[in-house]
Amino acid sequence: MIPYGDEVLLRCRGLRFAWPSSDTVLMLDDFHVASGEWLFLCGPSGSGKSTLLGLIAGVLSPAAGEVNVLGTPLSSLSASARDRFRADHLGYIFQQFNLLPFLDPVENVLLGCAWSPARTARAGDARIEASRLLGALGLDRRTLSRRKTSELSVGQQQRVAAARALIGGPELIVADEPTSALDAAARDSFLQLLLGECTRHGTGVVFVSHDMSLARHFDRALALGNLPSHQLVA
Amino acid sequence: MNVFSITLKSLRQRRTGVALTVITIALSVFLLLGVERIRTDARQSFASTVSGTDLLVGARSGPVNLLLYAVFHVGEATNNITWKTYQDIRAMPEVAWTVPLSLGDSHRGFRVTGTTSDFFLHYRYGARKPLAFAAGHAFSDLYDAVIGAEVARRLHYGVGDTIVLAHGLGGPATALHSDKPFRISGVLAPTGTPVDATIAVSLEAIEAIHVDWRSGVRLPGMTSSADQARHRDLTPKAITACLVGLRSRLSAFAVQRALNEYPDEALLAVLPGVALGELWHLLGTAENALRVVSAMVVLVGISGMLTALLAMLNERRREMAVLRAVGASTRTVFALLVAESTLLTLIGMVAGGVLLFAVTLLAHDYLLANAGIVLNATPSAQEGWLLLSVLVLGSLSGCIPGWIAYRRSLADGLQVRL
Repeated sequence: MIPYGDEVLLRCRGLRFAWPSSDTVLMLDDFHVASGEWLFLCGPSGSGKSTLLGLIAGVLSPAAGEVNVLGTPLSSLSASARDRFRADHLGYIFQQFNLLPFLDPVENVLLGCAWSPARTARAGDARIEASRLLGALGLDRRTLSRRKTSELSVGQQQRVAAARALIGGPELIVADEPTSALDAAARDSFLQLLLGECTRHGTGVVFVSHDMSLARHFDRALALGNLPSHQLVA
Repeated sequence: MNVFSITLKSLRQRRTGVALTVITIALSVFLLLGVERIRTDARQSFASTVSGTDLLVGARSGPVNLLLYAVFHVGEATNNITWKTYQDIRAMPEVAWTVPLSLGDSHRGFRVTGTTSDFFLHYRYGARKPLAFAAGHAFSDLYDAVIGAEVARRLHYGVGDTIVLAHGLGGPATALHSDKPFRISGVLAPTGTPVDATIAVSLEAIEAIHVDWRSGVRLPGMTSSADQARHRDLTPKAITACLVGLRSRLSAFAVQRALNEYPDEALLAVLPGVALGELWHLLGTAENALRVVSAMVVLVGISGMLTALLAMLNERRREMAVLRAVGASTRTVFALLVAESTLLTLIGMVAGGVLLFAVTLLAHDYLLANAGIVLNATPSAQEGWLLLSVLVLGSLSGCIPGWIAYRRSLADGLQVRL
């Protein structure tokens, strides 16, 4: 079942992955995200959420099965081609410590298209686009010009990270518990601003969180368990 | 935002650690190049202790032995050359000039050389530099002495001071020639050769202070005064060695053979350059030890950098994960760390080179005067190779943290495991 449009953004089939040093095995028989779809992913610790994100991003290779992003099977690409593919089509937001402290906020945003000429081209004037994104995410010019990256609050840092993921309009945003370090108010405004920008560009989102109350913002929710695959519909 | 500007900004963030690393490298490069330069320059100034002389002639012994006692004032002559033989050498058609050397007396640990004023004219050192007077002039009176720069510095002597020579080369029961004191007529400029530690007097003066002596002891009851000695026949009976300059260097081997086969007396003529080479060869072990030490110093410097880079690596795991997330390949992560160590090595090398240049400029005169070492400010080609190997070593050492980061970013995916 592919609820949004005909285009498949992401499809995993028969996916198997195990870390060499642990028993945790990730098994996903059929997992997909449609173009522009927002997917909420939850599950207990150790259920392989971050591993799945690593597989989607192409930094991990599955033991079996395939990950197909935008019609491209990642396993058919070389490691460096996967890196280029990630740079071109994916925006990634970490749980925390997203930013390089020695770069200013705008430079941190520009990092998002530093490895992708395609995204640089799509961003137009990248600096202006970076400032625009930061503004749209609630970080005005004055806040930014006054502060070093390390002096930003955690909420502000996560917004800079979101801007970095969004710059140059990637097709898919992957977020690994980006709100877990935020308080309730900051969390809601972060999510609204992020998803607002995703709406503008029709960006697909895979969002991992423990916080089930956030699931209502998404098109679909999926719980990863120790069983092969569970689906929850919000 | 290219990798290079990211590296620069990242280094600026960690500037304290980076500065310490650069200082470590700079000091080790400074030491490496400094030791190398002192080594080559010491060899150079050693090899050119006697540079304008074609042959060194003495009684028959070994070439190194002759060089040691005649030029370096180490050890004692085995035998003398008679005055007649010396006159024969002077009379050879190929010989342009000769400088006699008569050794055997000393003054407070410094050896006295009896010679003629031709010594100041013909003796050459370094790049055929002649001796120069820092003060005063060559001996004109019988009891005049010229002292080397080190003698003047160590004993605080100046022109006009009076000194008393001692018979023999020092020791507890040294007999003094106190009845015939000398006046210092000149002080030589520093040369970095044994001349600095020499007191030069005329051959006649050597005769004069020994008028009452036979076979190294004062004859009892004979006390000729300094003035009485002036009126005696002061033609020397023997000299220790002589320096010979030829009209053409091409005849050096022919004259050398002729002197070595001199029928009336057992002579040894050596080419100073060849003998100096032999002597330096003996000192080669010390030279190699110096090189080993300076190589060790560089290894320590590089290890210091490696320690710093590895210590920084842990706090940079997040940085690496972020770079991976925005599309940097594992190779980029590797290259980033190698580039960093290369850059740090390079900066350290430049700083070390500049430091050495400054020190050689500032310490040149001091080293010449106090250590007798002539230090060149211009680097040699050998130093280029040394620097290149330091750079290669620095880059290679960056491969270790690079490899660790590479392995980690492969294994961790995009998770930051702390």
